[in-house]
Amino acid sequence: MDLAVVWFVLIAVLWTGYLVLEGFDFGVGMLLSILPRGDKEHREKERRVLINTIGPVWDGNEVWLLTAGGATFAAFPEWYATLFSGFYLPLLLILVALIVRGVAFEYRGKIRDEGWARRCDVAIQVGSWVPAVLWGVAFANLVRGVQLDADHQFVGGFFSLLSPFALLGGLVTLSLFLLHGSVFVALKTDGEIRARARQHASVFGVAALVLAGGWAVWAQVAYSVPWTWAAVVLAAAGLVTTLLANRKGSEGRAFTASALTIVAAVVLIFGSMYPDVMPAVDPANSLTVHNASSTDYTLTVMTWVAVILTPLVIAYQSWTYWVFRRRLSTKDIPAPAGLSLKKVREAAFGGASSGGSTGRGLTDGEGSGS
Amino acid sequence: MEALDLARWQFAITTVYHFIFVPLTIGLAPLVAIMQTAWVRTGNERWLRLTKFFGKLLLINFALGVVTGIVQEFQFGMNWSEYSRFVGDVFGAPLAMEALAAFFIESTFLGLWIFGWDRLNKKVHLACIWAVAIATNLSAFFILAANSWMQHPVGAIYNPETGRAEMNDIGAVLTNNTLWAAFPHQITATFLTAGTFVTGIAAWWMVRLVRTRKAENVELARDVYRPAVTLGVIAMLVGGLGVAVSGDIQGKIMYEQQPGKMSSAEALCQGSEGAAFSILTIGDLSNSCENVTHLIEIPGLASYLGTGHFSGPESYLPGVEDVQEQMTERYGDVTAAGDPVTYTPNLAMTYWSFRLMIGMAAGSVLLALMALWLTRKGRVTDNTWFARVGLIAIPMPFLANSFGWIFTEMGRQPWVVAPNPTGIDQIRLLTERGVSTVVSPGVVLTSMIVFTLLYGALAGVWFTLMRRYAIEGVPLTVRDESPEAQEPPDEDSEAADRPLSFAY
Repeated sequence: MDLAVVWFVLIAVLWTGYLVLEGFDFGVGMLLSILPRGDKEHREKERRVLINTIGPVWDGNEVWLLTAGGATFAAFPEWYATLFSGFYLPLLLILVALIVRGVAFEYRGKIRDEGWARRCDVAIQVGSWVPAVLWGVAFANLVRGVQLDADHQFVGGFFSLLSPFALLGGLVTLSLFLLHGSVFVALKTDGEIRARARQHASVFGVAALVLAGGWAVWAQVAYSVPWTWAAVVLAAAGLVTTLLANRKGSEGRAFTASALTIVAAVVLIFGSMYPDVMPAVDPANSLTVHNASSTDYTLTVMTWVAVILTPLVIAYQSWTYWVFRRRLSTKDIPAPAGLSLKKVREAAFGGASSGGSTGRGLTDGEGSGS
Repeated sequence: MEALDLARWQFAITTVYHFIFVPLTIGLAPLVAIMQTAWVRTGNERWLRLTKFFGKLLLINFALGVVTGIVQEFQFGMNWSEYSRFVGDVFGAPLAMEALAAFFIESTFLGLWIFGWDRLNKKVHLACIWAVAIATNLSAFFILAANSWMQHPVGAIYNPETGRAEMNDIGAVLTNNTLWAAFPHQITATFLTAGTFVTGIAAWWMVRLVRTRKAENVELARDVYRPAVTLGVIAMLVGGLGVAVSGDIQGKIMYEQQPGKMSSAEALCQGSEGAAFSILTIGDLSNSCENVTHLIEIPGLASYLGTGHFSGPESYLPGVEDVQEQMTERYGDVTAAGDPVTYTPNLAMTYWSFRLMIGMAAGSVLLALMALWLTRKGRVTDNTWFARVGLIAIPMPFLANSFGWIFTEMGRQPWVVAPNPTGIDQIRLLTERGVSTVVSPGVVLTSMIVFTLLYGALAGVWFTLMRRYAIEGVPLTVRDESPEAQEPPDEDSEAADRPLSFAY
């Protein structure tokens, strides 16, 4: 078998894993300002419910991106080099977004301070909305084709990436992730928040149907090959099923269907690109599965590694979802465990410590050495 | 500045920054795993309290290591696309393996560990932190495999048709002797870093508690913080000894593989037998050998470090000027501007980063000696110098790690892929030829400013949190949260209503 083609499929699989898994992470992050209702205290609890639905898993989900990046470097060095240097500014924005978002998830509860929590919420918002749009813009550009010169270098410049087709692609991923996140929250929570997530899913589902439907037909007619019509039909069926299942309250089915929609979208994107990995406006300059790939030797080594390790990864990640399968509601959320920065001086120099522990009778300045 | 200089600065800033967090994570994860193992095996609550305390510090630190790591992977393609094209067939493999074999385990099992205290059986939960500890070390192995290939390319051939290095032996890449010298050196350095961290904080707490002269505080110091000091000292001794031995091996290998790097590290201009190791050198080291004056020297030591001989013909070390001559003869590259390439790195940077790397071990040595003496035979101490040295010693191994890498990477210049002197000549790449050609200086400058500001702000948050949580100390009360320690679950009733033991 042609290993370069195998690796093209494998990289599509890694992106599928990333977009399905981090897709709902982004959705949950974006819902942080949309979903919570009630008084201030209740809203904070609902925000914590949302964050904790993905708390144990978001980092593992993000590793799918790192693996897709690493696999592209190993299997298609030319693709990696042209794509990452060419899409520089969008990738910079995505990196900044992912950094502030990850830090905000981990540090939000570490400090007990309302202002701090709000700032972290802003970081989670930015860190979720920005990549949710930009991944779509990036992939739409790959479908559409970009300006490559004869050396396969990207020469289009930043603004060439912002065509209407690409921007619509951004709205497609945005609406898909909002939908995916909503059905995920409905699946993982209980109480009012669950009901509200389902209501939101109905709205986002219709939006996704319009935007993704329009974009997919456009992509199909303008840039793709006949067989990917199957993916378009599958995506449409997935969205309709999501909406119907969501209305009936079959949350598991709704989530499966929205995940399937994202799978279909990846199939459409990669199917339309093949046999190119990065189609050029002038087809002679396109990076293809074969002129961008590594040697057969490297691909063979990497195939063994992937064949052995990927099933293991899927197994232990699935187990994690099983361990944390319980639905969360506001009554599951414990009192904040973060430390107060304002009370730090007291804690350090003899007063009652925050964070629930009592003072140790330390008096001022003793051996603190700081 | 040109895109090349900016890209190099950006790589330096983001990498040194990323590597503030990484050594502590790699070293501290096994120490926390050992603490938790001690708790599971003995049932003694002191170990659970220490696990919780140092575990929180580990998590605060881990978060920044994770998010800054993504930049590292993307940066090769963004700023160094021509490098990526040249090496991707070889270099990409260990990166992909690192993600598949290490990052997935780290991230997944860390999530299980953080949230799993009341969900997982005690032993399974313990296995999770061990999985994290092993995976962080595994990740060090793969990234060092990639870096060692840049220092000493093996297992590959040059393909003139594609103009790139192509792998033909993954076994050779993973058994590169550069890798097997660097890996123990780096891992033992992380033990030294984490050991110093644990000892420093525990020492500060011990002194603080004992000075209150209250029986229960002295008891806390003896019961909880003294064992932490002991564990930290053991890690420091293992790490310190290992780092010295592996560093010595590395030095000898490096004289064979990159003589220019080592001659610069000694500011040795002309080759000589029985070369001295200088502790202090003045003069303009940056460009040329002129005016270099060694003020304090240990005779023969540089030769011994490089060759294993203090004197005689076997102790001959080539000087910077010899290396320049040989390399020019062998490769004779010219820069983009048409000038002949200078084949030796910046002397001052190489010379001083090498000495600072070694010198920064002093804090750990002093702290370990004080700890061994002051806490001998079950003692606790109120010696304020112990607390002070503890705090001063903590940042020193971090700096040693940074200087070590600045030395390694700066010392490799002008190469990004240094030629293997006994390998295939064509597998070599000058740094200036690795930079992205389509990225303008303005764009690189923009991203450099963005990262520098963002990283600066995050460093402030990180330090505030680390300090705050260190000052909080071990929890006063802990309980066994494991499912087997709970009341038999009365399905759907109380157990289901209990809040999570931990949530963000």
